[in-house]
Amino acid sequence: MARKAEAKPAQSNVPELTKEQELSAYRDMLLIRRFEEKAGQMYGMGLIGGFCHLYIGQEAVVTGITMASKKGEDAQITGYRDHGHMLVMGLDPKGVMAELTGRQGGLSKGKGGSMHMFSNEHRFYGGNGIVGAQVSLGTGLAFAAKYRGDNTVSISYFGDGAANQGQVYESFNMAKLWNLPAVYIIENNRYAMGTSVDRATAQGDFSKRGLSFGIDGEQVDGMDVRLVHDAAKRAIEHARSGKGPYILEMQTYRYRGHSMSDPAKYRSKDEVASMRAERDPIEQVKNRILEKRYGTEEWLKEVEAEIRAIVTEAADFATSDAEPPAAELWTDIYAA
Amino acid sequence: MPTILMPALSPTMEEGKLSKWLVKEGDTVKPGDVLAEIETDKATMEVESVDSGKVVKILVPEGTEGVKVNEPIAQIQAEGETLEAAPVAKTVPEPSEAPVVAAEKAADAAPSVAAAPAAPKFEAAADPDLPAGVEMVEMTVRQALNEAMAEEMRRDKDVFLMGEEVAEYQGAYKISQGLLQEFGPQRVVDTPITEHGFAGIAVGAAFAGLRPIVEFMTWNFAMQAIDQIINSAAKQLYMSGGQVSAPIVFRGPNGAAARVGAQHSQDYSAWYSHVPGLHVVAPFSAADAKGLLKAAIRSNTPVVFLENEILYGSTGLVPKVDDFVLPIGKARIARAGKDVTIVSYSMGMRYATQATEKLVAAGIDVELIDLRTLRPMDTATVIESVKKTGRVVTVEEGWPQGGIGAELAAVVVAEAFDYLDAPPLRVTGKDVPMPYAANLEKLALPNVDEVIAAVNAVTYRG
Ligand SMILES: Cc1ncc(C[n+]2csc(CCOP(=O)(O)OP(=O)(O)O)c2C)c(N)n1
Ligand SMILES: [Mg+2]
Repeated sequence: MARKAEAKPAQSNVPELTKEQELSAYRDMLLIRRFEEKAGQMYGMGLIGGFCHLYIGQEAVVTGITMASKKGEDAQITGYRDHGHMLVMGLDPKGVMAELTGRQGGLSKGKGGSMHMFSNEHRFYGGNGIVGAQVSLGTGLAFAAKYRGDNTVSISYFGDGAANQGQVYESFNMAKLWNLPAVYIIENNRYAMGTSVDRATAQGDFSKRGLSFGIDGEQVDGMDVRLVHDAAKRAIEHARSGKGPYILEMQTYRYRGHSMSDPAKYRSKDEVASMRAERDPIEQVKNRILEKRYGTEEWLKEVEAEIRAIVTEAADFATSDAEPPAAELWTDIYAA
Repeated sequence: MPTILMPALSPTMEEGKLSKWLVKEGDTVKPGDVLAEIETDKATMEVESVDSGKVVKILVPEGTEGVKVNEPIAQIQAEGETLEAAPVAKTVPEPSEAPVVAAEKAADAAPSVAAAPAAPKFEAAADPDLPAGVEMVEMTVRQALNEAMAEEMRRDKDVFLMGEEVAEYQGAYKISQGLLQEFGPQRVVDTPITEHGFAGIAVGAAFAGLRPIVEFMTWNFAMQAIDQIINSAAKQLYMSGGQVSAPIVFRGPNGAAARVGAQHSQDYSAWYSHVPGLHVVAPFSAADAKGLLKAAIRSNTPVVFLENEILYGSTGLVPKVDDFVLPIGKARIARAGKDVTIVSYSMGMRYATQATEKLVAAGIDVELIDLRTLRPMDTATVIESVKKTGRVVTVEEGWPQGGIGAELAAVVVAEAFDYLDAPPLRVTGKDVPMPYAANLEKLALPNVDEVIAAVNAVTYRG
């Protein structure tokens, strides 16, 4: 399988998206961006507690991948940086935001919080707080897909830091041994908390992490939703057609701190600023929409207004909804 | 003359079939020659000779079923005068050597298995006497822990710190602030996020004589590594018959922080206190944090050192002496009293202390005990107190079943039953995963009112 040595796209033959795909990618990514900005603000106001890991900067990854998947049929699972995944998968922004504020209308009735949200209906399995655990769990979702023969795949997202956990490799081995329809998305945003990739790993090319098991992988510019989508199509098709697991290393970047409190000493302001200025995933789509006349400035403004309305509604709901009733303390512990 | 006995194929085998002889009387055999085949319903095995010599007698013919393990099946005339030649096949004491037990049994219907000797009592040293007029310095628990590590690293070059974000980031909770600068990257080691791996690496380094301090970003993540903590570190000395120890400290914040949900809010006190071979320390005050961490680093026994994120910023007075080391295994009487005993540790002490203030104001003379160490547990101090007060309430953040309070209640009932005026009561975290919502989280945690209610109950006041 072709391996790109460099993350930089070969500009000449970038696989293009259709007009509809570009417009919907723009909408999805903008929703994540505005939602996360609002969440950050609400955290600062004390409305959200504990940890709150924002996805700002990485929007193209989940957007491009979900676009290439069968939404609602293929299973997806990730870690604690999960708000974007839920929004793109179609979970209700009000339910997500109300979970962040710990209210009864939250997706987990307020009992899970930022790191723990799930939806059987949308086949989203969290929302996991233990770094690396989602990789085995996602492999288990793939096991079930193969067992049932339902032609779905399982997509597991994890970070560059998570990629060093032992259970990742135990899972890779079994996924290949049993040819499970598992797609592994390594969201390499260059840092695990304050540890840069080169300080944490002896093999910084994450697409090679499955090589010794015979799992193919690719490095992808994760800031360009077109390239994410294109690679995801290949990976998902590979898994769905019975050829087993596939790894995509998404080279991406988080603009905000790891969680809300972050010393920001491990990288320079310039690095963040230049990523924002030169590689922003949303700006890239926006520029193409204008260039190709897929939409006008007017249209962009309308979308912005629409999204703002959705986010405002979510925030209003999340601040006015009641806290869970005290009796919820004792529910949902044992299955009926 | 060497006798060949019916061997056992497994530790539970009692008898088997001698299916085939591959030698006959008069044959000469040498070590490694197959003499016979035996089988059970599960397996077959070839019986090899370990001697050289002549088969003089086959005692059990082939095809015999139900041959008892250790029954003689053949005799070999060894070469030369080797009458006390090496044993043949499996050597297990002859059944006929066993009647000692049988005789004992007959003598006085004593149990056939010897009773285990009583466990030795652990005697903790008392806290060191402080020089008169010693200066007390106010510092946070965070500073106290930091000083303890820095002092021990200065004292002993084999002490090093490893964990996630301990070096360049200065610690996720800033406990290792400045250590990289003072001791350099060889002794303050940033690891990848690989708890199981680096915990194992640290235990291995400890086997080789280094004295690692392993920081877990929180104890929640040490569940990835719990196998190395228990199976490797805790059991090593015993398994090696006292040869190889693992002088290591596993430390980090334990218990609920604030609003971080079920996977990040758990109290592991009871879990680790269950394990022989570990010492488990859970300090509350800054002075105890310092003195006990220094003791833990010097200990040759692996120590699980349970800190608490919420307590990191709380301040206390720490004596300014050259080398402030406290004994592991010794409880501290935080307040002497005669009406009721409250026993707690770590974060539980915060609820217990606040409750004690209110109760004392209401005229109840509380004796408050801070366990400080959970294993070995200073039950002697608790028992002595309960003999005086007749009433006991335990306070902990962990779940009730099999908890620290459950253990204390069992000990108190067994050892001070006649002194009790009320059943022991436990105040614990609720028996649920930690919820995220602010109101539910409050309900899930123990609180001051619950401690007061429990004290009122054991003292039969309204
Ligand atoms: C087993 C475990 N160890 C440590 C942590 C604490 N922790 C939470 S996120 C994180 C960094 C993860 O980095 P990465 O996998 O690159 O994902 P990113 O945050 O960059 O999305 C750490 C160390 C944890 N949650 N679980
Ligand atoms: Mg990362």
